[in-house]
Amino acid sequence: MGRITLEGVAKRFGDVEVIPPLNLDIEDGEFVVFVGPSGCGKSTLLRLIAGLEDVSDGRILIDGKDATDESPAKRGLAMVFQSYALYPHMSVRKNIAFPMKMAKVPLDEQNRRIDAAAKALNLTDYLERRPGQLSGGQRQRVAIGRAIVREPSAFLFDEPLSNLDAALRVGMRLEISELHNRLETTMIYVTHDQVEAMTMADKIVVLHAGRIEQVGSPLELYLRPKNAFVAGFIGSPKMNLFSGETAAEYGAATIGVRPEHIGVSTEGGKWKGRVGVSEHLGSDTFLYVEDTGLAETITVRSDGEVRLRHGDTVWLTPNEDKIHKFDQGGDRID
Amino acid sequence: MATRQTASLARLMRAPAIILLLIWMLIPLGMTLYYSFLNYNLLNPANTSWAGWFNYQYFYTDPAFFEAIWNTIVLVMGVLLITVCGGIAIAMLIDKPIFGQGIVRILVISPFFVMPPVAALIWKNMIMHPSYGVFADIAKFFGASPVDWFATYPLLSIIIIVAWQWLPFATLILLTSLQSLDGEQMEAAEMDGAPAISRFIYLTLPHMARAITVVVLIQTIFLLGIYAEILVTTNGGPGYASTNLTFLIYRAARLNFDIGGAAAGGIIAVILANFVAIFLMRAVGKNLD
Amino acid sequence: MARAISRNSKIGWTVAAWLVALIIFFPILYTIITSLKTEQEAIAGFDLIPSFSFSSYETVQNQNNYFRPFMNSVVIAVGSTLLALIVAIPAAWAMAFSPTKRTKDILMWMLSTKMMPAVAVLVPIYLIFLRTGLMDTRTGLVIILMLMNLPIVIWMLYTYFREIPGEILEAARMDGATLRDEILYILTPMAVPGIASTMLLNIILAWNEAFWTIQLTTTNAAPLSAFIASFSSPQGLFWAKLSAASTMAIAPILILGWFSQKQLVRGLTFGAVK
Repeated sequence: MGRITLEGVAKRFGDVEVIPPLNLDIEDGEFVVFVGPSGCGKSTLLRLIAGLEDVSDGRILIDGKDATDESPAKRGLAMVFQSYALYPHMSVRKNIAFPMKMAKVPLDEQNRRIDAAAKALNLTDYLERRPGQLSGGQRQRVAIGRAIVREPSAFLFDEPLSNLDAALRVGMRLEISELHNRLETTMIYVTHDQVEAMTMADKIVVLHAGRIEQVGSPLELYLRPKNAFVAGFIGSPKMNLFSGETAAEYGAATIGVRPEHIGVSTEGGKWKGRVGVSEHLGSDTFLYVEDTGLAETITVRSDGEVRLRHGDTVWLTPNEDKIHKFDQGGDRID
Repeated sequence: MATRQTASLARLMRAPAIILLLIWMLIPLGMTLYYSFLNYNLLNPANTSWAGWFNYQYFYTDPAFFEAIWNTIVLVMGVLLITVCGGIAIAMLIDKPIFGQGIVRILVISPFFVMPPVAALIWKNMIMHPSYGVFADIAKFFGASPVDWFATYPLLSIIIIVAWQWLPFATLILLTSLQSLDGEQMEAAEMDGAPAISRFIYLTLPHMARAITVVVLIQTIFLLGIYAEILVTTNGGPGYASTNLTFLIYRAARLNFDIGGAAAGGIIAVILANFVAIFLMRAVGKNLD
Repeated sequence: MARAISRNSKIGWTVAAWLVALIIFFPILYTIITSLKTEQEAIAGFDLIPSFSFSSYETVQNQNNYFRPFMNSVVIAVGSTLLALIVAIPAAWAMAFSPTKRTKDILMWMLSTKMMPAVAVLVPIYLIFLRTGLMDTRTGLVIILMLMNLPIVIWMLYTYFREIPGEILEAARMDGATLRDEILYILTPMAVPGIASTMLLNIILAWNEAFWTIQLTTTNAAPLSAFIASFSSPQGLFWAKLSAASTMAIAPILILGWFSQKQLVRGLTFGAVK
């Protein structure tokens, strides 16, 4: 079981309020991702749940039990750190065994769990090595192994992939998702990368300046961003945001159109512009259109076979049904 | 809650070190200050009386005092000049791709591990001795007459000995700094057509500036206290020609038994050292964050 | 072509570097050579090949009882270092792992005590030693050298401890380690290399200390530094004997020193240069 409830949880460092009081429900077995720009308080929130920081206000319930004053060890949670935090002087086997040694798990049970975890994580051949002799991806696996063997009620991941190179990151992303499917344990995952959030999460929590901007499934966030911040943060490439006259036309302070919801034509359309840079990815083409008079550049996602080059004149037409409208305060207008 | 517990435990763990150092600093220094205002001679302890500023006046009007201050400055500056310039040159030499770099390093740093009395005796007897020293052998080989170093150039001789002891320190620290110099930066400058001299002036030197500062400041702290080298070689002489402030105070305290005078000298030494200390603390403090 | 030039230049630099290194090392080398000569050879002029006579070593041991100052040096250097570590480890530990707003000030203040010139407190320390009977005792020197090097020891340990990442301690806490477990299984094994290098450097510094050891000892507790300093005048005329005594005094620490090059930079610059 791993149901986590935050009730009015707040964190202050001295006079600085890092996280104003917030409420959040995490269901058992859910994969929840905290996402937001750096400094938004997502890691702090995770550390409050872990018990590595004391909350300034509010309660944290784990499976309905008040865990606010519990020590980190007693909360039954396991954490994978950004730097992996492996014990450098211990072999991989000892690293993985450490939490069980602390919990005084019988030795044969320890070995059984280590072997199972090592097999699942492809670490069997490395059990006697020291962390220093492993690659980044392998270290990551050891950190996960150390978390798994505790059989925690929830896993906490603090930007676990940020120290890996791009190719490994995609691979580990899949592995963590598979792990979640297999264990069906609650996972809370912190990242600043919205692609990781979109691809892995059951539920995304978007944080900005310590506040929760929106909670929802990846598709909800993509289709109906609650405000301009979420709209701009979720989706790649970023949504185009326009204010001023263009927005006023639609009765809004700001409007947003995703790059994939803008049509391109060389004959005619709503907005005229000139192609600045075009990126041909094969499957798609990203066009950065300049000189439209609306914004510095408008990003357009077009299909892979478009043959437009720098300097070509184009007309852009937004898909009217897919325009997001926001009021003066940035909130969504429906 | 857990945090508060840790904090009080931490205070308990810090306390012994802080208390010890506090005692070590305050009590002797306080006593020195007190004695500096007394007429107190160990040969005649019954005659102790309040002296006011007399000890300071006495020190100030003693021509030996100014000679000692001057010698201290010359000694510190001379050694700094030799060690910093020599250190930069040797560090750059060792940093080149050479065969047996490890052994060269070991040979170069060795003098630092030689205790001061031994260093001084080696130089006095083996190297600079007017009849049996290596310098004399060299002079004889060229048909020149050997120099009696400690009689003719007492302060210079001591500068040479001390510089030999501290050259490794400067070299080692400057070498450490040099090795952290970004190789790509150098290559970029080379691509930009900067000749070796310009690269040294505009890239290497600024990069080493911090290390040079640290070398200068730390050496100064130690060089102000040079004692054993003088004791073993010239004993401060001839006259006061190689007496520095430390040695002058030692003379007052241990040879003349003048407790008051030595204490006043000690206070002056503290004030001098503080000038340097303030700069050193700034340099180190910056690195703390 | 280009490779040939760089090979030649490498040989050129090698020759230059070795020449400089040998000149710097020469006084030590020549002392070792002379210690292996007889007294007659030693004053017979420049000669790099000794007769490998060990008689000087025997003379030093027999006439001056070399063993006593040697043991004094060992006891004083090791004793003061261990004592300093006992006081410094908890202090550095606390400052590295639960720093407060004042930690930085405390560290700077500790450093400032190291700036105090020894000669400034010569008078009171000398008088205290005379009155308490600490004069010419190993205990007295152990205490003084411990206090003298305590700031360096705390600073070195502090910089080493600070390199242990906080996340590892948090991981241990998450893994259910109590404070005792944390210290026993995580911190201590990770701190041991730092403590060892601190110890090594401090032994070197204490071994070579030559102000207090000369001021506060006469015969009983005199370590090698004071013992050698006493050679300055009358016996100075026995070159081979002096060389043998010098060689024995510096050999152990020279070898220790070679192993501690890296830590030396760090320790003596208070972490300002790494």
